Order: sequence, then C-alpha cells, then structure tokens
Amino acid sequence: MDTMLSTTELLAIPALPLAAALIVGLFGWALKEKVSHIICIAGVVGAALLSVHVFMQVLDGASFYGNFWTWMLSGRFVVPVGMMIDQLTVIMMMTVTIVSACVHIYTIGYMHGDPGYTRFFSYISAFTFSMLVLVMGNSFFTLFFGWEAVGLFSYLLIGFWFKRENANVAAMKAFIVNRVGDFGFAIGILAVWYYFGTVEYKEVFAAVPQFVSQGDSLHFLSWQMDAITFICIALFIGAMGKSAQVPLHVWLPDSMEGPTPISALIHAATMVTAGVFMVARLSPMFEFSETALAMVTVVGAITAWLCATIGLVQNDIKRVIAYSTCSQLGYMFVACGVSAYSVGIFHLMTHAYFKALLFLAAGSVIHAVMADQDIRRMGQLRKYMPATYITMLIGALALSGIPPFAGFWSKDLIIEAAAVRGMGWVSELAYWSVLTGVFMTAFYTFRMFFLTFHNSDRVPEETRAHLHESPKVITVPLMILAIGAAVAGWWGANILNIPGVETANNFFGNSIFVMEAHNPLLRLEEVEHSAGGHFWLEYGALVLALAGMATAWFMYFRETVYPARLAATFSGVHRFLLNKWWFDEMNWKIFIMPARNFGTFLWKKGDLAMIDRGLIHGGIIGGVIAGMNRMRAAQTGMVYHYAFAMVIGVFVLLTYLVLKG
Amino acid sequence: MVPLSSYLAVAACLFSIGVVGLFLNRKNVIVILMCIELILLAVNINFAAFSHFLQDIGGQVFIFFVLTVAASEVAVGLAILVAFYRNRRSINVEDINTLQG
Repeated sequence: MDTMLSTTELLAIPALPLAAALIVGLFGWALKEKVSHIICIAGVVGAALLSVHVFMQVLDGASFYGNFWTWMLSGRFVVPVGMMIDQLTVIMMMTVTIVSACVHIYTIGYMHGDPGYTRFFSYISAFTFSMLVLVMGNSFFTLFFGWEAVGLFSYLLIGFWFKRENANVAAMKAFIVNRVGDFGFAIGILAVWYYFGTVEYKEVFAAVPQFVSQGDSLHFLSWQMDAITFICIALFIGAMGKSAQVPLHVWLPDSMEGPTPISALIHAATMVTAGVFMVARLSPMFEFSETALAMVTVVGAITAWLCATIGLVQNDIKRVIAYSTCSQLGYMFVACGVSAYSVGIFHLMTHAYFKALLFLAAGSVIHAVMADQDIRRMGQLRKYMPATYITMLIGALALSGIPPFAGFWSKDLIIEAAAVRGMGWVSELAYWSVLTGVFMTAFYTFRMFFLTFHNSDRVPEETRAHLHESPKVITVPLMILAIGAAVAGWWGANILNIPGVETANNFFGNSIFVMEAHNPLLRLEEVEHSAGGHFWLEYGALVLALAGMATAWFMYFRETVYPARLAATFSGVHRFLLNKWWFDEMNWKIFIMPARNFGTFLWKKGDLAMIDRGLIHGGIIGGVIAGMNRMRAAQTGMVYHYAFAMVIGVFVLLTYLVLKG
Repeated sequence: MVPLSSYLAVAACLFSIGVVGLFLNRKNVIVILMCIELILLAVNINFAAFSHFLQDIGGQVFIFFVLTVAASEVAVGLAILVAFYRNRRSINVEDINTLQG
C-alpha cells in the first residue's frame, strides 16, 4: 500500500521546466525562436507526462515524504528541502503541468513575432517550476519559496510589455498588494516556527492536536485569541493576497494587462489558486480553529458575490473573466471554510481547465480583432472563428455550472456543502452568496459570450478585413482544454469519487484532514438519504444557472434594447458596479494618497529643506567653507613666514621643556 | 683664559643674527642661505667651546659632520637657486610665493 515513489522521478518534475527556463533565459539570445520554444515545451510536457505517471502511482497507493538536503541551519532553526507527495499534491501537479503545457503550445501562436518571444518562454517555464515547488514542498519554507517565486514571475509577466505604462503600473500593483498579504503569511510561518519549533508539515501536523489541547493563547492588538487561530488567520491573509480575495482582490483584474496566455496560466488556473491549495494542505491546522474557518468562509462568500456583481457590467472581455476568477476563488474558499476541502480542490481543478480555456479562447478572439478587448466592438464573430466559438461555448457552459460540464459537478457540491454545514449566520451567508452567485455567473458569462459571438455585428470596418480563425497552435490547446472542461467534473466525481465521504474510497484519502463533526459531506449524505424536501438543495443551483443563461439570452440575443434601458434606469447602481464598487478609489484615498503625501512631506521638508539645505548646505558645508577661508589666509606662500613660524614653534617648545624642568 | 660664557655669548649673537636675518630679509634668497650658514656656525662654536671645556673630543668630531652637511646644503641650495633663477628670472624672496594655498 505505502510504496515510495522514485526520488529521481519526483526531482525531475520541477527540474525539467527549471532547466528549460535557465537554458532559454541565459542563452535565448543565441537560440533561434523555434529552438527556444521547443526546449521549453519539451521541459513542461516532460513534467506533465511524469506528473501523470506519478498520479497513476499515487492512485495505486504510493506516496512520498522525505528531505533531500538542508537549505538553512542556524541553531535549532533547520530548514530542510524536501517533498511531500500525496493525493492532494498530485492533483495539483497534474493540473499545473497540463494547463501549463497547453499554454506553452498556445503561446507559439499568440506571441508569434513578439520581440520578447524567448524571454516569455523562459518566464513561463520558470513559473511552472516555482508553482511545482510550491505544491510539492514538504515544509512551510518551500511553500514560501514557491509562493514568492510565483509572485515574482507574476510581476514579471504582467509587466511583460514593459513599454506600456499600464502594464508596469498593473505589475507594481499586483506586487504591492501581494506584499500586504505576504506580510501576514510570513508572520504566520514565523508563528508556526515559534510555537512548534519546526517548519515541516508532518511534524507540525502531528503536534497540532496536542498543541490545541494545551490551549496556548496570545494577545494581539488587544485581542485575546488562540495561538492556532492566530497562525491560521495570519496564513489566510497571505492566501487572500495571492488568491485575490476582498479586499485584496484589486490587483487581479488589473493583471489582465499581461499577455493572455499569462492570464490563463497564472491569473486563472494556477498561481491564484495557491491560497486555496494552502488552506487545503493545512487542513490539519485550520480544522482546529472555528474562528479561522469562519473567516475563510465569510471572506470567500463576500468575494464570490461581490466580484460576480462587478462582472455583470464590465466591457473588457478579459476583465469579465478576471472578475469571474475572483468570484470562483471565493467559491473555493467557501468550500474550504465549510470544511469541504476536497470539494474546494475539486473546483480548483475543474476551474483550472475551463477558466484557462475561457482565457485562451478570449485570447484567440483578441488576436483576431487586432488586440481590441472591448466586447462592445465585437459581435457575430462565430461566423469567422468556429473553433474558438465552440470551445468557448464549452468553457462558458462549464463555468455556468450546466451538466455534464466540469463546473456543474464541483460548484454544485460547494453550494450543497455550504447549505448543510450549519455554522450559524456564517454558513447561511455563504450559502446565499454562492447560490445567488450562480445566477450572476451564468448571466455575465453568457452576456460576454453573446456579445462576442452573437448579437449585432459591431466590429469596426478596419478590423473586419483582418478577422480570421486562429492558427492550429492556438486552436489545438483550446480543444485539449475543452476536453478537460467537458469531462474533468464527471471524472472527478465518478472515477476519483471526490464527493465520497469515507476516506477509504475517496480519492483524497488521508491527505486532507476533516473533523467528523465538521464534515459537511457526511451531513449531506444524511440529508439526501432522508425523505423528501431537498429538491431545492439539489437542483436550486442548476435552476438559477439556467435562469441566468436565459436572462442573458433574452437581453443580449433577443431583445437587445434592454441592457441600455436598464443601465439608464438604474444608472446609480450601474455606475457603482462599473466602477468596481469604488475599491480602487477607496484604496487611493485611504492608503495611497496619505502615503504619498507623507512621502512628499518627508522629501520636501525633511530631506530637501532640513537635511540638504539646513544641515548640509547651511551647517556642515557652510561651516567648513567659512573655516577654510579663514585658515587659508595663514598660507601666505612666503618662505620667511614659514621660517618665522618654525622658529616661533621651536621657541615655544623649548620654553615649555625648560619651564617644565 | 677666556671663559666659556664669552664663547657662548658670541655663539648666541651669531645665532640671533642668523635667525633674525632669516625672516627679516625680504630681498635675496642668497641671504637666507648665508643666514643658515651663520646659524650652523654658531652651533659649531658651541660645540668647540664645550668640547674644549669638558675635555670631550666628541664635540669636535661633530663639528666636521655639521661642516660637511652645511657644505652639501649650500651646494644643493645654490643649484636650486640657479635653476629657479633660470625659470623665474628673479631670486627675490617676495616673488617666491607659489606655495600659497
């Protein structure tokens, strides 16, 4: 049962993309474009194949836990580098490498002719490496290393077109907002080390139950809280930054300034889900803190609902999908918060496929309409690009949660889990948020879909001549992902048995820890087995999704005058949503302007006025110059003056010696 | 028998003339060299006088050292002076002020 996986194979998985990234990154200037993309694709596809192989072995009961070498050593503080491979890890590895491989291939077409072609390949391969380290590591420090490294590549790739001011601003915004979260994350990791004396998962997880029964507590900003709650909340703040949860979600929509393959790979499928993965990985800790779980649930629920409302009115095709990503990440956190971690990871996996598909399809559209992202200048594109049309339709259906596509299976489970969890107002809030979110999700997805591919033809004349279906390197990855978006949900639910309640026959087995009293899946089974009255629980989400689709169809397909009329009637609400709840303006007023003013004050008054003009020019330099002017008068250059001074000196010294005796 | 104090008085006079001449002189660099010679001679007289009265031959040996150094110093000094004169067409002390900061 507990066979060990091959160390070489495991090390090769992150090493292949890293090697590819280094070769192309360092010697890209000497390589032909074709050679460099072949190297990177070979690295990532190799990693994907190995991941699938490892996945098969884990399915047969293999696992791995071990350290390879020591990273840091300082007294009692030991940071090993090792791996922890179990069911949770392999499903992430497989998702990351497969989506990454598709994106790599897609990039050949999308970035064709870009001056930074080889640089781009090097970055995305290095990103894949970082993400693999993040999920495969066996300690909080490897997690942190991967966490920061993916943040770095996210920054580099958002600002990839570094000649555009918007891209640079968005890259900085992403980086800075993530720093806010990472501050909490770092505190959490340090607290783990402080309380447990180790940073390895296995040792920490083993120590948690005993630690909780000790009941350590601490004061933090005048709050008295359990140490475990403090650790979990601090770590979750890191997850809020990385996974774009309210109020740290503001960077994700702006990150759409980066090239579309990046939006698909980093800002939809993999990096932003790192927070969800982290919470699931640390389920043996979060399970012991009701407060932290409640916070995860509430933040997830608010994000799921709030970002969905913003998505309703956005006009940028990528921003609609970006807000949808925020919202879906909220769903995943709700799942984790109500202790249905396996369902959260399930949704993470299905979401990775259909969201990457939607982004890449959007990229295909953007490619066709000459880099215009405004859906108001699209329409009727299905005539020009049938392959993109069909694959995007599959993605949209999967996102909306229509069976049998992937999103239905995982999202439905989240809603049901939230419904039966019973955490008082917390799970009530979560349930209603995610349930109403379903309607909005279906609506904004199909609004975007109809405006792009149906509706009236609003493509500008000069673009029309350019309209064409994208080349094979773009459409083939779309088709691969479309297959994933179509079957991943069914496969996860029926073959891997993710919703299964017993650890023995559930795919995740012991890799995720859930207390029996918390487990919503157990309760769900009870409810479903009890007689009658749960129609709404089972089909409510589906009904709402269909209603959302129908509304979108009515407004953007049939009676296309309604949207404008609605926007005019509720102009206040419309403006409020169009301006994204004024989050950016709020941040600007509350944080950025005071910081800038304070900085300007220190610069003008402190540095320029006080230090430069006052101290340096007025005091020190002025004094030195005045003193020197006086002293240089003594240097006459006349030899006899010097001789005189010498004689006087001798005289004074002699007198002193004689008088002293 | 001339007492020691007389020798010392002569030497002190010579030394003072030399020192005063050193910095009162505003005209000629050669005068400076001559003044230095005077100072050295005053020292020599002291050496000789003390050597005689203390019955110590070491003082007279030292005189030869001083005379040698004085001779070479004058040789070097005059050489510098000639070179200087060629450059500046003057050996006026007032003109030698390039040391000024």
